[in-house]
Amino acid sequence: MNRPQNPSRPGKGTQRPSSGRYSVWRLLREGLRKQQGWKRAWAKAEPRARYRVVIVGGGGHGLATAFYLAGAHGISDVAVLERGPIGLGNVGRNTTIVRSNYFNPDNVRFYEFSLKLWEGLERQLNFNTMVSQRGTLNLFHTEAQRDLFTRRANQMRLLGVDAEPLSREAVRKLVPMVDLDNGRYPVLGGFLQPRGGTVRHDAVAWGYARAASEAGVDIVEHCEVTGIGIAGSRVTGVQTPRGFIRADTVCLAVAGHSSHLAAMAGLRLPIESHVLQAFVTEGIKPVIDVVLTYGAGHFYVSQSDKGGLVFGGAIDGYNTYGQRGTLPMAEEVAAAAMTLLPGLARLRVLRQWGGVMDMTMDGSPIISQTPIEGLILNGGWCYGGFKAIPAGGFTTAHLIAHGAPHPLAFHLDLARFAEGRTVDERGIGPFPYLH
Amino acid sequence: MLRIPCPWCGERDEAEFRYRGDASRPRPAAEAEIDEFVDFVYRRDNPRGWHLEWWLHVGGCRRLLKVVRHTVTHEIREVGSAEEPLRLPEEVDCG
Repeated sequence: MNRPQNPSRPGKGTQRPSSGRYSVWRLLREGLRKQQGWKRAWAKAEPRARYRVVIVGGGGHGLATAFYLAGAHGISDVAVLERGPIGLGNVGRNTTIVRSNYFNPDNVRFYEFSLKLWEGLERQLNFNTMVSQRGTLNLFHTEAQRDLFTRRANQMRLLGVDAEPLSREAVRKLVPMVDLDNGRYPVLGGFLQPRGGTVRHDAVAWGYARAASEAGVDIVEHCEVTGIGIAGSRVTGVQTPRGFIRADTVCLAVAGHSSHLAAMAGLRLPIESHVLQAFVTEGIKPVIDVVLTYGAGHFYVSQSDKGGLVFGGAIDGYNTYGQRGTLPMAEEVAAAAMTLLPGLARLRVLRQWGGVMDMTMDGSPIISQTPIEGLILNGGWCYGGFKAIPAGGFTTAHLIAHGAPHPLAFHLDLARFAEGRTVDERGIGPFPYLH
Repeated sequence: MLRIPCPWCGERDEAEFRYRGDASRPRPAAEAEIDEFVDFVYRRDNPRGWHLEWWLHVGGCRRLLKVVRHTVTHEIREVGSAEEPLRLPEEVDCG
């Protein structure tokens, strides 16, 4: 898992100057030298005609997969193809929350592994991703909900994950801004995962890109995949405006647009695309120092280091590829915010944006081989892609390197739908617009 | 904000409706192969473009409608009853 000291094989013809090690001494030195010594963090690679592995999508999962392929499996003959620049997709559009407070044991183990990787990520990448384990707090408003959360907390603790039930008074102490006695859904208590928190999402993309690039991976920006080459039932490579790129393995890591890319290989996936919105307010002094989740509606909020409240709600509710949001959901999110935090009613929302999600038929992601030999799918991340980036990348790299699923991701295969093994955390059924 | 022209009630706000997903495939016959059912229940075309979908007019006539809507522009091209054999427009690409 450690970054190799000597990258095994840098891409031919690509200048790969190291950006050097980042440290407080480096900061000090560059500060004294008018910041003239900083190098480009990752090389702008030109694609070669052939790679062992081509990863489509330079988002969190694609870059992490490339990093772990090079670092953990010694496979650096890898290209990451990104349609635009790195970091403008969903890796830069989420609300930056990381946590592992699930109920399904397979999900708990998978997301807990991810959380453990987050905890060591900055040292591993030598990049300040601002991992902040401020705790994630879920509120409950009914006794039935309290029982459900208690059950979930017990499950997590049996699996060795931190979870703490909180009384009403403890919630009041932790987040005094919350209107516990609001007229509609009074708060009865909470459920805290102290190790949950936030991570600066842009830095995750940049940190993985820099580390992967230094390990020999070609990161090719502005290179859209327009077709997938298949001979018989085997993948042969990908078509791009810069020519056909041959590859033994092609990995799709384009959540939001997985169906679109899979259709190029003639596949229909158990996925619908939906838009999820996020919002940020003007900056204020610290008022909420945990990640706070409302239990009587879909609303979650945390405060960024700049002071803005970053919050979001549910998907807009019907298939869309529009990377924007619509007003009915914005209104619903604002209403939930006002029930919970009426003291913030006069804050102005500075920005609002949307990201397109792969919503799967059971609400769980897909890390799997496909019916096309050599074509790997990392997608279907629904709302949960960001927190899963390290584990998603790690297990996808394992699948590519060994040709078999990682034990932590065996339950996320594509065949589970046909075989009746869906991983339906919320017990909703095959209705993506409800997950 | 969508405005859906219900054939029975007229044009109404999306808040009156509930989305019920893809309407492009009929339910397989009871004796069909298992894979046809897997296809029907789980797999989707999920087009980036025109989409045939169900909307339930819960806040109005309570009928199930078939709607042809674009998944990028959200333009609604056609609305019909559940039995109507609506077709997707020919133009597929949408930029």
